[in-house]
This record gives sequence, structure tokens and C-alpha cells, in this order.
Amino acid sequence: MKTIESGSGIATPDTFPPPSTAVWQHSHILDLDDFTREEIELVLETADAMTEVLTREVKKVPTLRGKTVVTLFYEASTRTRASFELAAKNLSADTVSLDASKSSVTKGESLIDSLRTIQALGADIIVMRHPQSGAPYTAVQHVNCSIINAGDGWHAHPSQALLDIYTIRRHLGKLDNLKVAIVGDIMHSRVARSNIWGMTTMGARIILCAPRTLLPRGLESFLAKCQLSNVSIETDIEPALKNADVVMLLRLQMERQQSGLLPSLREYIQLYQLTTERLSLAKRNVLVMHPGPINEGIEISPEVAHGTQSVIEEQVANGVAIRMALLYLIAGGKNK
Amino acid sequence: MPTNLLINGGHIIDSSQGIDKVADLLITKGKIAWTGDKGKAPSQPDLTTIDATGLIVCPGFIDLHCHLREPGFEDKETIATGTKAAARGGFTTVCCMPNTNPPLDTQTSIDYVKKMAEAEGMVQVLPIGCITKGRQGKELTEMSELAKVGVIGFSDDGEPVASSRIMSLAMDYSQALGLPIIDHCEDKELSNGGFMNDGWVSARLGLKGIPKAAEEIIVARDLALAQLTGAKLHIAHVSTEGSVELIRRAKEKGISVTAEVTPHHLTLTEEHVMGSQLPYYTNAKVNPPLRTKEDITALIKGLKDGTIDAIATDHAPHTLVDKMCEFGLAAFGISGLETALACLINLMHDHQLDMKTLISKLTFEPARIIGTKYGELGTLKPGCRADVVLFNPNKEWTVDNRDFASKGKNTPFDSCHFKGRIIMTIVAGKVVYRDNSV
Repeated sequence: MKTIESGSGIATPDTFPPPSTAVWQHSHILDLDDFTREEIELVLETADAMTEVLTREVKKVPTLRGKTVVTLFYEASTRTRASFELAAKNLSADTVSLDASKSSVTKGESLIDSLRTIQALGADIIVMRHPQSGAPYTAVQHVNCSIINAGDGWHAHPSQALLDIYTIRRHLGKLDNLKVAIVGDIMHSRVARSNIWGMTTMGARIILCAPRTLLPRGLESFLAKCQLSNVSIETDIEPALKNADVVMLLRLQMERQQSGLLPSLREYIQLYQLTTERLSLAKRNVLVMHPGPINEGIEISPEVAHGTQSVIEEQVANGVAIRMALLYLIAGGKNK
Repeated sequence: MPTNLLINGGHIIDSSQGIDKVADLLITKGKIAWTGDKGKAPSQPDLTTIDATGLIVCPGFIDLHCHLREPGFEDKETIATGTKAAARGGFTTVCCMPNTNPPLDTQTSIDYVKKMAEAEGMVQVLPIGCITKGRQGKELTEMSELAKVGVIGFSDDGEPVASSRIMSLAMDYSQALGLPIIDHCEDKELSNGGFMNDGWVSARLGLKGIPKAAEEIIVARDLALAQLTGAKLHIAHVSTEGSVELIRRAKEKGISVTAEVTPHHLTLTEEHVMGSQLPYYTNAKVNPPLRTKEDITALIKGLKDGTIDAIATDHAPHTLVDKMCEFGLAAFGISGLETALACLINLMHDHQLDMKTLISKLTFEPARIIGTKYGELGTLKPGCRADVVLFNPNKEWTVDNRDFASKGKNTPFDSCHFKGRIIMTIVAGKVVYRDNSV
């Protein structure tokens, strides 16, 4: 069991001290582009302690008792939402779940007004998902409570990237110099964008692999401008998989084909599906990951999705620990 | 009742007459009466003297492209507030775009704008009529009748005519009327609901991009149609290097084309969407989108070599609510009348543009595009309407959008420190704006 060290002696998860403010500077979690390696490591270490809590008979600690966590989702979600809500409940926070499609939003209330209302109701932390890239950046300008971005448009999904990093680290020890292939719809993927920041900060090399129509046109200049020299682009899957330590597939939404970005699903499957044969190009102990939900038989074959190298279900389990860690760090950060 | 004004000792720059010297300017009965050496003006009764020492005195600026929003969007701007903003920006004539509600596609709606402008406008307002009914791109408006009631050109601004056939017919028709077709060049199928320039910032922020080609395709098409029909074509708010090249070649071939560029496309890039503190800065969301440094260089070169004729603001005021929201949902546009001169003078202070070129692009050149339907504009020739602006190119100030006369506070220049400020704006011999800090 890992614990967090604080000043004198060892703390147990039941009596977490406030996080070290020397390392932790965030009152919101919007993306990983402003996270240092030390901050990511603090999240991972905190998640280790949370993982221990999750193995207990009673998976509950009083850490966030009296805090209110509101999940505000403007987009359908199963796992992310459930994961955040379970995380908050495990920490004894009060949770309110707002489905924006059923709330006053349908009466024309703006995002900012909704957020202000939720703040006035006493929320300490708002976990929000929104179809528009950048919506959480709008949010933080208008409320004082903490905002955790649970996915904004094509832009960012920091908690997903952190749980991906956590999962890799638990299996392979560290990310330094690992080759991570991210294969699929890079253009529309907030998971890919957040992992670009998070994984390179942790020392990994990333290969982004997709047909040209699913790569944003400015991608090369983005990588160059932001000095992300550890990220490269590949339109063929075979070189992307060669000697990879991790292969992460992205969900291919069916409407991409309908809007003309792909000639056919058949061709996509032929060129990009992760099959057992293709996976043999990667390292023997390769990890197969997917942020879900999976389109079995499209981006990944069922044999690989459920095969020995797949850690897809573990990602989901680790998501709860990571989100407990984020809620704890954010709430603690506010206490100081 | 306009008084008689003697403007003393200013540096007069008038491209229409090639005047560029320190001199006096006399205005009587709302008209330019005389320009000449200091102290030599013919004596006048009831004369008010204005000391213009250290100031530039030139014809009032002409904006070929602004949005006054009335009728229909009076929460964003009215003719009263928009023309007040124009006066504060040194503009004495503004051409208003027809994307109102109802759109300016009938004699009635144009008459309404003219009447409101007469009653409440602080500067001259010249309407632009729609190319197609309801800006739907399907049927031509009654262009001949619109010309009779005074439009200075035709445009479906913001909803460019997609059909090349309809556009060619519009050009045929307008050719006979001698009026320009003014086009917002955008292949909407290619821009496909994009929010900003398609480049590194859009890739980084996960925002749908608008490729430069979306503009250039329609510029190229319109130039081909102008060649086919012989119509006058005016390209609105050129934003890309490729468009500048297309227009340059067309001018070499003798195609009847003119073009404008905005102050914001000359000074800001896509990187402004990254904001100074937080990204997704909605005040930098504008259509055509802010592009790149290379485009700015090409636009300035185009201005200098005459490829781009005029500078126009594309003043697009919006309410706070229109901009204070998610980037993707925010309205496109920049409230530009009150910062135009300051950001342009900045280019001059950076030695990218000289004063004479700058003034010509704001006065003489746009006047040439409008023609003489409303008398001779953009000049200080004796006998012409006394539309004059006085500005101090070195006076420093900081933009505060709360001071704007425009209802649209949506400016990416808020808090910018500039050198160059309008001191006085005179329309038909009447002082309509005076800088209080003087």
C-alpha cells in the first residue's frame, strides 16, 4: 500500500493531509498542458492510495465530507460520469447529477447562467462535460468553485489521460522512453490531445496514426510550435505498431464515414483495425488500451479487445481511483 | 447651422490633390472654401478658429464595410450609436451592409435606413443592397430599383452567393447599373461551420478550422465571373496571401476588381485566439478568421503596391451575451470603428506603412470605389462637402471598450496601448466629434 508523506509521519487515506502546495497549484483541472511532471506524479501517487481504499470491504473514506460535487453533463456519457460520481461518493462528498439535456438548458439557459446557479446552490466542485471545445475555459471566468473538465469537444479529457498514464505506469513502471501508438480518429479526439501533453511530460514517445482525413491539417505545425518533438505522425499502422510498448485505439464514430471523411468502414477496418496479426509487430508485453466505448470489429478485433494484452477494463477501474485523487487534490487545494 | 471654421497650421494630407504640407483650411457653409499658406485665408465673418498645430488634417475617412445592425438587431447597434462610433473613429461616411432584419433587399428597407440616418446619423450613411432576395442566393433583388434609391453596391455579405450562375447573372445586371458587386468570399461548404483559421492553433485547441482555400476559391471564381461579365467586383475583407496574389494577377489582366482589408487582419493573427490569459478568446473570433504572419506581410505588400485599394473596418458590433459564451457558439465579428486609426497608425510607427498610403486607403481610394453618386468624397477640394478629420499620430492612449460609443464592446484591442488618436471629426462643416481630453 502506498501512502502520502506529510511533514511528520505517514498519513492514512482516512486522514489525508492537504496536498503539498509546493507541488500542487491547480484550483481547476482543464487540461494537462499546464501540468508539470511532479504534479502528474502527485496525482498518480494519490491514486495509489485511493486504489488501496477501493480494495477495502467498505470503500469509503470521510475525506470530502461536507463538500458538494456537481456533475454537469451536456453530452451523453456512461463511464466518465459514473466514474466521477462513484469517486465523489467514495470520498463521502454529496453529489448532484445534472443532465443538461433535461434541465433548464432546454429552456434556453446559457452555460454561464447554469454554472452560476449551481454555484449559488453551494457546489464546491463542478465536473463538466460539454460538446464545445473550450467550454470549461469559459466556465472558470464566471464562477469561483473548482471546475474539472470531464471532456470538452475535441479538445481535452484530462482525467482520461491521467488514468491512461496511471494504467501504463502500474504495468510498466514508468513512461520514460516508452513508444505509445495512438491509432484512430485523432482529429476529433480529446483523449488524444490530452495524452499528447500528459504522456510526453512523463517521458513517452507518441506516434499518432490515422488516415490523413482524420488528422487535423495544422497538426504538424502545432507539434512544432509547442516543441512536442516526441510526437510523430504516421498514416500507416504497421510502422506505428512496430516495437510499441502501448497501443491505444480511439473510437471511430460511424458518422465520420457518413460525412465523407472515410471511403468506407470496410477500408478503415482493412487499413487500421488492430488485429492479432498486427499486434505481433509490437513488443511482446504490449498494453492494448481504449478509452471506450469500443466498436468491436471496427477499430479493434474482438480477440484483441478481450485478449491477454488488453487492459481496457482495468482502465475503467483505475478511472475511479484517478478521479478520487483529482477530487481530493482539488478540494484540498481549495482548503489552504 | 454649421459655422465657418478655420483650421490653422495642421499638416494637410489630401491624396486627391496631392497636398502634403503644413497649411490652413477654411470651411464655409458646410463646404471646403479654401486651402493655402498659413495666415493667408480670406477673411470671414463668424469665424471659429481651430489650432491644428501638430495634427494631421485630411479628408474624413470612408468605411466601405460596416454593420449598423438596424433594422432588426438594435440590441447590437443602431444607426445612432454606430454613426457616433464612426465619428469617434474619424469616419465621415460609412457604407452599411444589408444583413439586417429585414435585409436591405427592397426599396422600403433601404428608405428606412436612409430616413433613420438622416434623423439620427452623425455621419453620412450609404446603404449597400442585397444581391439576392432575403440573402438566400436564389433570386436577384430588384437591383435597378435599389440603385435608384441610392445603394452604392450589392452584397449578400456573410451569406455569399453560392451559385456561380446566380452570381454571374448578378454581375451582368450590376454591370449595366455601373455598381460593384461586393463579395464576402467564402466557400461555405469548405469552411463547413469552422470557427477559426485552419492551422496550428485550431489543431491545438480542437476547434474546427476554416481553410484559406475557402476564401481563395470564391475570390478566383468571382474574378473569372468579373472577367466574363465585365462587371465591377469588390472583394471584401481580403485575409489571405493567396487572395492577394489572385487579385494582383487579375488587375494585371485588366479585370475590373477592387479590394479592401480590415485593420484587424493587418495586425492580428490566429494566435490571438489563444488569448492573453486563457485560450478560446471570443473577441478574436471573426469571419474571415485571423490568419498568420505570412498573410499579414502579403496584405501589407498588397496595400502598398495597390493590389488592395482600401481599408475597411467590417465593424461588427455584438452584445456581451453574443460573445460571453462558448467559443463555438460565440458570434463572429469585431467592433472596429473606434480603434481603426490607432491600429493602422501602429503599422506606420512600425515602419510598415507610410502616412500618405494609409490616408489614401481610408479616403481617396474608397471614394473612388463609391463613385460620385453622392458627390465627390474623400477630398478637400474647394466646393466639396467639408468632411474633415483631425488626428494626432503621436498621442498615446489606452483602449477602454467601456468608452466606446458603439453598443458593441467586442474588441480584441481592449486595454491595448496605442499611439495615434482622433482629435476632431467634421461632417459637412459641423463638428460631430471632439476629443474631450484635448
